[in-house]
Amino acid sequence: MNIIIFYILAAVILIFSVLSVTSRRILRAATYLLFVLIATAGFYFLMEVNFLASVQLMLYAGGITVLIVFSILLTSNIDHKFEKSEIKKNIFSVLLVALGAGVSLSVLLNKTFNVKSNTEPVHVKKFGYALLNYGENGFVLPFEVISLLLLAAMIAAIMIAKKR
Amino acid sequence: MIQGIPIQHFLIVSTLMFFIGVYGFLVRKNLITILMSIELILNAVCINFVVFNKYLFPESLQGYVFTIFVIAIAAAEAAVAIAIIINLYRRYNSINIENINTMKY
Repeated sequence: MNIIIFYILAAVILIFSVLSVTSRRILRAATYLLFVLIATAGFYFLMEVNFLASVQLMLYAGGITVLIVFSILLTSNIDHKFEKSEIKKNIFSVLLVALGAGVSLSVLLNKTFNVKSNTEPVHVKKFGYALLNYGENGFVLPFEVISLLLLAAMIAAIMIAKKR
Repeated sequence: MIQGIPIQHFLIVSTLMFFIGVYGFLVRKNLITILMSIELILNAVCINFVVFNKYLFPESLQGYVFTIFVIAIAAAEAAVAIAIIINLYRRYNSINIENINTMKY
């Protein structure tokens, strides 16, 4: 059962990410991106990291996609279709990407991983304790830095986008 | 680990997704589509973090916590980038990277 779901999700991710970078209508590209993000949340559910899956659904699929769609509606004409990219540039990028993918795939297929057979799901409580723990294995410093960063980004976005 | 699915399959999916994002980053000309390619790349990185944590170090939490941080940074980056894009659109009436060759204030 797990295996079937995994291959369905993998197929959805690969097909829709290709469509999302090649589609010539921008709103469709954003919709395909939404499908990719939801399938990624499916991966997290499959790995039983339920907290991360819900964060992914809320922030990526719910927040960032809506932000992108709004900015598309503000800046582009929906009926507009991009012209095809130049063939020379296209071939060059495909070659570059194939080279990079080949190198990293050959490295990871030749490495033997020391996999541990622990199937216990992670409880949400452990996340909360780890995020606010300042002892060993605690993450309170990056947590606070991230909160400052989010505040700074919010102020910066308002400052940049406001009309003068 | 998950019964029946080797770690390599997850890693192959995330590698391909990463390089599809890189392809979009190289080929696209609209700023918003470039931003969408960056989201694809960050998402592939997140999958890698979670898979390594789940399969190789199931007793620790580092990968999961850093995935949360990556998602938060992606959200902040998207907000700032979209503010810049909207500002550029007001100034140049276009968000094509070829028309925007100066960002001078």
